[in-house]
Amino acid sequence: MLQIENIRKTFPGVVALDAVSFSVKEGEIHTLLGENGAGKSTLMNVLTGLYHPDRGSIRLAGEEVHFTSPRDSLSRGIGMVHQHFMLVPAHSVFENILLALDGVPNFFKRREWKAKIQALIDEFQLDLDLDTPVWKLSIGAQQWIELIKLLMRDCRLLILDEPTAVLTPQEANRLFDVLRRLKEQGKSIIFISHKMREVMAISDRVTILKKGRSIDTLARGEFDEARLASLMIGHDRIPEWQKNLQMSDEIVLTIDNLSVRNDRGLADLDKFNLTLKKGEILGIAGVAGNGQKALAEVLTGLRNATQGRILARGEDITNSNARRSYIAGIAHIPEDLKAIGIAPDMSVDENLIMKSFKNGAFRTWIFQDKRAIRRNAEEKIEQFAIKSGPDGTPVRYLSGGNIQKVIIARELSEEPSVLVALYPTRGLDIGSAEYVHKVIADGADQGMSTILIAEDLDELLKLSDRIAVMFRGRLIGYADPRSTTREEIGLMMSGENRNAGSAA
Amino acid sequence: MKLVIERREISSRLFRFSAPLVSIAVALFVAGFLLLAGDINPLAAYQEIIVESLGSRYGLSETLVKTTPLIFAGLGVSLAFRMQIWNIGAEGQLYMGAMGATWVALFSGIQNHWLMLTAMFLAAFMCGGVWAGVAGFLRARWQVNEVIVTLLMNYIAILWIDYLVYGPWKDPRGFNFPYTAVFADTARFAEYFNTRLHSGFFLALACALILFLFIERTIWGYEIKVIGSNPKAAQYAGMQTGMAIFGVLFLSGAIAGLAGFSEVAGLQHRLQHGISPGYGYTAIIIAWLAKRSAIGVVIVSFLLGVLFVGGESLQLTWQLPVAFVYAFQGLILFFLLASDFFIIYRPRLIRR
Repeated sequence: MLQIENIRKTFPGVVALDAVSFSVKEGEIHTLLGENGAGKSTLMNVLTGLYHPDRGSIRLAGEEVHFTSPRDSLSRGIGMVHQHFMLVPAHSVFENILLALDGVPNFFKRREWKAKIQALIDEFQLDLDLDTPVWKLSIGAQQWIELIKLLMRDCRLLILDEPTAVLTPQEANRLFDVLRRLKEQGKSIIFISHKMREVMAISDRVTILKKGRSIDTLARGEFDEARLASLMIGHDRIPEWQKNLQMSDEIVLTIDNLSVRNDRGLADLDKFNLTLKKGEILGIAGVAGNGQKALAEVLTGLRNATQGRILARGEDITNSNARRSYIAGIAHIPEDLKAIGIAPDMSVDENLIMKSFKNGAFRTWIFQDKRAIRRNAEEKIEQFAIKSGPDGTPVRYLSGGNIQKVIIARELSEEPSVLVALYPTRGLDIGSAEYVHKVIADGADQGMSTILIAEDLDELLKLSDRIAVMFRGRLIGYADPRSTTREEIGLMMSGENRNAGSAA
Repeated sequence: MKLVIERREISSRLFRFSAPLVSIAVALFVAGFLLLAGDINPLAAYQEIIVESLGSRYGLSETLVKTTPLIFAGLGVSLAFRMQIWNIGAEGQLYMGAMGATWVALFSGIQNHWLMLTAMFLAAFMCGGVWAGVAGFLRARWQVNEVIVTLLMNYIAILWIDYLVYGPWKDPRGFNFPYTAVFADTARFAEYFNTRLHSGFFLALACALILFLFIERTIWGYEIKVIGSNPKAAQYAGMQTGMAIFGVLFLSGAIAGLAGFSEVAGLQHRLQHGISPGYGYTAIIIAWLAKRSAIGVVIVSFLLGVLFVGGESLQLTWQLPVAFVYAFQGLILFFLLASDFFIIYRPRLIRR
């Protein structure tokens, strides 16, 4: 049905797609698998007409097509559910769907159109009320709206870009059921993911992308997790590490009934509670947007609490001056590295001392000790194997993985007692991601406590000593990664807790 | 064929450093057409600019006299720019600095020469600093845009000085001219080589050196650079960006205020209407041309001093309006900004 041949797309200084070829048959679920940066999103933007390829051809039902805009590709039956939804929050579900349709007359029969859409909702047994305003809906439900929009337009090829990133495991399973039914109706689906479990569960065929090239396409039966992983990673070296069980009951940090309000006066954290023990890795699970970011920001001093207390070893530091100095001892791996982790125009040397530039080691009176700063940089570059370019190269010229290493080297250089890591592996290739895991696990051995906020349950289960689950700014409960199941955590992520505090 | 604009991976060092010179050259070329339109031979005019400003002891001293306030104001502006704080109020801060120094000179009654100059220095420093500090406070406290505040406060400062020199501070024996009484000798800088060159020039050089060390070598300078490069990262690292914004704007205004001190103590010896012909605005161009480096400011200020002095002589010989000098400055800035674009991006023709 769809044939893509030898697509190449370059951006200034980057070859995003080099040579990508694959085909999608009618009525199949075709997965695009690849690490972050492998070119999946670029490829889909080419396919939906947002980008124009430099080279190569796209054939739809045998006929070569050149899409000039997403509207163009949509009219040919190719529709995409983006990671970021395109919805009007104040309008109802019905109005949002109507907005996306062509051929609705100016004076239309409301009841008739509603019935049409309702029929579709019933067909797939979705739990969606047409008159509810969108802002009241969960992220999962909003994704249904995006899907219905495309189905109402009779799209033959549906593209879903990492649709499960915002879903609980239960919601994801629900989505997979719907996708299978769509497949039975003869629709083709391109499913983009890097979560191996999902790929195994749903794909008819898998095309592996690596560094802008399509490596291979395998049909069901030809692939298993190990095969896919090795194709996806190739010959990259993966750092090895081992996790030791941390057994300590010493509590280093207590969060007690903490609330944080955002600009709109809504609570990002709502009477949130948490205890962190010495040397443990505490995973925070939750669907994105349920207060994880606010938690990281309040712990690292970027935001203030509106209510509640933060206790460090029993001492209240919520609003005292001690907070500032205590925060100085909290290491932080931020979510958006380039946006907040580095001063991009400054050198690696200078970025490495960003938190410690006032230390006696790096200054004499008010003057910086350039030699000591350089020595420090040489040590860190060696120790963390940072590829930093010639001396004085601004950090922004480094690759994402190396920027991450600069930040980690800086954050861990002062042997912090607490590390707050917010999606620390997002956007990293597997080698770099494993390196981050190793650093966190090694730190735990040294007695460092880590709050690890991540969206990938597998990552959390593998690394954490305990997992705390957040929902709408509240702590739902703790789970023990050795005895819990994905289903149990999934239920907790949607706000249910059957055995509160079992592992606390 | 299609023209595409690409981002350069790494901008060439040579290109970056030659850009200011190239933009001056192109500005000279384009300004040549302005001169031609006025029936003036551009080459003769340019030759005259060089000869008049550099060709004699008098010309050179006059150039340095013009360079002096430009260095102060340029340093002040470039310090703020370093932190991505856009202080475009150096003109007003200069006026306020001049006012502070004048107040001490006329009304303090200090008899000792050095004590007097020190007091004038501090008064100018504080007045310029507080004037810019208002914008710093508003920005740090309520995120009020400092561009608007510093710009509008220029007009307030200039009109305030006018009020003083037309009103309460007017020289009673001044035949109603808008200026104050002339300063006593204790409140004047020494002059050198029988020219108008005064101590202010050397003070400006010292100021540039101190500011260079401040930015490149101290922990405060480091903080300023981090905040300028990425304020969010600075906040993550525990820096108090609000205090830094206020402090830097204060210091920036204080240094610009020293330009006013140097003008009244070294050159005018009184406060008068229109004490600056736009040095504070030229300072913006200087800071940009100098790539915000303190040493660069000295060099660029000298070049623009040449232009000021040469432009004055063009006015005399060819009745060219002073607006030509500003038009030329505008052209330099224009081409410099354009060259910045080409430093970051590269145009390329591709065949489809």
